[in-house]
Amino acid sequence: MLTEFLDRIRSAHAANTPLVIQGGGSKTFYGNADEGEVLSTRALTGVVDYQPKELVLTARAGTPLAEIEALLAEQNQMLAFEPPHFGDAATLGGSIAAGLSGPRRPYAGAARDFVLGVRLIDGTGQPLRFGGQVIKNVAGYDVSRLMVGALGTLGLITEVSLKVLPQPALETTLQFELDEAAAIGRMNQWAGQPLPLSASSWHAGLLTLRLSGAASAVRAAQARLGGEPLQDAGAFWQRLRDQATPFFDKRPLWRLAVKSTTPPLKLGEAQWIEWGGAVRWLASELPAAALREAAGQAGGHATLFRGKAPADGAFAPLAPALATLHRSLKQRFDPRGILNRGRLYPDF
Amino acid sequence: MISPVFLSQLRSLLPAHCVLNEREDLLPFESDGLAAYRNVPDVVALPENEAQVAAVLRLCHANRVAVVARGAGTGLAAGALPVDGAVLLVLAKLNRIKAIDPLARTAVVEPGVRNLAISEAAAPHNLYYAPDPSSQIACSIGGNVAENSGGVHCLKYGLTVHNIQKLRAWTVDGQLLEIGSDALDAPGYDLLALLTGSEGMLAVITEVTVKLLPRPERAQVVLAAFDDVAKAGAAVGNIIAAGVIPAGLEMMDRLAIQAAEAFVHAGYPLDCEALLLCEVDGVNEEVSADIYTVRQVLEASGATEIRTADSEEQRLKFWAGRKAAFPAVGRLAPDYYCMDGTIPRAQLPHVLKRISEMGAEFGLAVANVFHAGDGNLHPLILFDANQPGELEKAEAFGGKILELCVEVGGTITGEHGVGLEKIKQMCAQFATPELARFHEVKAAFDPAKLLNPGKAVPELHRCAEWGAMHVHGGQLAHPELPRF
Repeated sequence: MLTEFLDRIRSAHAANTPLVIQGGGSKTFYGNADEGEVLSTRALTGVVDYQPKELVLTARAGTPLAEIEALLAEQNQMLAFEPPHFGDAATLGGSIAAGLSGPRRPYAGAARDFVLGVRLIDGTGQPLRFGGQVIKNVAGYDVSRLMVGALGTLGLITEVSLKVLPQPALETTLQFELDEAAAIGRMNQWAGQPLPLSASSWHAGLLTLRLSGAASAVRAAQARLGGEPLQDAGAFWQRLRDQATPFFDKRPLWRLAVKSTTPPLKLGEAQWIEWGGAVRWLASELPAAALREAAGQAGGHATLFRGKAPADGAFAPLAPALATLHRSLKQRFDPRGILNRGRLYPDF
Repeated sequence: MISPVFLSQLRSLLPAHCVLNEREDLLPFESDGLAAYRNVPDVVALPENEAQVAAVLRLCHANRVAVVARGAGTGLAAGALPVDGAVLLVLAKLNRIKAIDPLARTAVVEPGVRNLAISEAAAPHNLYYAPDPSSQIACSIGGNVAENSGGVHCLKYGLTVHNIQKLRAWTVDGQLLEIGSDALDAPGYDLLALLTGSEGMLAVITEVTVKLLPRPERAQVVLAAFDDVAKAGAAVGNIIAAGVIPAGLEMMDRLAIQAAEAFVHAGYPLDCEALLLCEVDGVNEEVSADIYTVRQVLEASGATEIRTADSEEQRLKFWAGRKAAFPAVGRLAPDYYCMDGTIPRAQLPHVLKRISEMGAEFGLAVANVFHAGDGNLHPLILFDANQPGELEKAEAFGGKILELCVEVGGTITGEHGVGLEKIKQMCAQFATPELARFHEVKAAFDPAKLLNPGKAVPELHRCAEWGAMHVHGGQLAHPELPRF
């Protein structure tokens, strides 16, 4: 099965034909538009190994995320970075290549934090294997994590090994009526205390917090924090994770990643805050430069998440020294630039 | 050799006391924490600020002089071993904690700041920096980033790569790289991950923004004895399967237990084959719930004795034996050689049996201490360097242990790094295409190969010379190369 992919990439490399790697196609909106023949990973499915006691799962890239999550749930385990699905077809490979994480991210870690190893095929058709299936491994450069969020521009991920975690015994979600500035303050203050926080959101005057852990710990934290318990909270967090609420339908939708303590950003539009204050979503017609300036001032960066990307691309342009390094790395993994050309940055 | 002209140029960049080239001044820098490897440096530069670091790098680059970066010199893999003709760039004087932001839970520190000093500075805010390598009292954060250092709490809290947010680093040609951000991610490739653990091969770090965590409300440890190593190994998996992620989960074998007990009198049972220390931490109620679960699992897994520390004093006493395990084992023989492989936990009984068999073949005893939670094994090979040939024998034995780790699906280094020490075993861990790619990654940052030359990634032809065999999946790593 892998041979087909090797052959396909080798011929594309020889003929200088751009390829567009696609899993379930659930995140085609993300990044810049790329052109080329579609190379689907859907045939590359299957869980290769899952050892609940080792907290490690290895699966092929085209395996549906939902299938992996169901398998983990049977053992009361989970993908702790809570990857967004953005649709039923989301695959493991796509999730890792996009490097996106969900509501649990600030408290449990990001997709890249859970990647232990990858197998990939580079832009010349060379299969490569980095990392492994153990939690501690410092042999060689961490090329596995370099693939996370590279949007397939450095190689076709064929297999991923991930660290998984036990599901919490109990989750409770609490809501508090608070204005934006006060909510940002609370999220940061509480994150600095030993509380079992596992997700946070603020929108339209409502701070929503999720607590996860041993039942006794969750109840004790709830008693301490107060707030109103939210019914059907699972659906609330899933809708937020997958942006399945009308707020996220507006275009262009921007994601501003900022230092978590950044005061409310006065950008003229209503915002949805996630990740303990570290992500601010808004639909805005402001020029990209203005939004990037605001995010940069706040220690972070702005991404055009959904909608038409500005001329310099969906992602914040890199400083010259970093841009040179990116091109140099790309050159070494995909010398002819055939993989997802332009998807991450327009110039490669 | 360093030319007199170069030396005078170097002196023009730094204050007089920051350039050392008299032999008696250079001797303290001849090795890092792995003293079996020694090489007196030609010259040591001790810049006092970032601008001086950049200037030294530019000078070296212009003159094609190699640079070996060094922090506190506590590394255990000869990663900071001086290289002939190179400048040893010691970053210990960049030791300021620039800022602590208690609300955002970050600290901005220079690379020479000691690991423990960060937690000490954050303590008034009830925050701490989680990775705690055993050398944390002395090791510096710059070195921690270079090695992706771990500690006993990795299973729950991760390694250095999981606990840093931003770096200021310099390429060898003196360009500043600002990597990561004050947000939780940054655009582009994850260069933060690539630089972490890169062993001084890609860039020189001058500033690190680390994440701080709230100090756990409570920590409690359970000690369990087993009459069989395999049962202890199974108990580890059972604890995790029960849904508990311990803050620390350590195992010691018979020889390590006896050495530790004789040394610090921690009160360990002596009539057992393996000892587990399982610490849980967090919110008060969570700890109570987890301790209950852990005790039940240990009992069901066949522990012959289970004790829960019921005071902070007793908790520290339980840990004292484990923390003193290395020096304690050091009393059993004139020298010991510490290995650092990681294995899938399920392979533990098999690996310990093989180590014991190989020990008999080599005629050397081994004590095993094991970060059992994350599969990181530290076999301590006992030997006497004064006996001709014993050091070589210990090294050969160590090499075999690492190759065994690779064979069972693990890795040659869990937290100490490759440095010079394990460079041969890299040939067992990785095949030619991966090693070649590592060299390409290096070339993207340092095409002239001036940073820490000869470390971390072996030249491909060296793998053939060493005859190391890549055994993963039953296939040799370098089928294209001749073997003799």
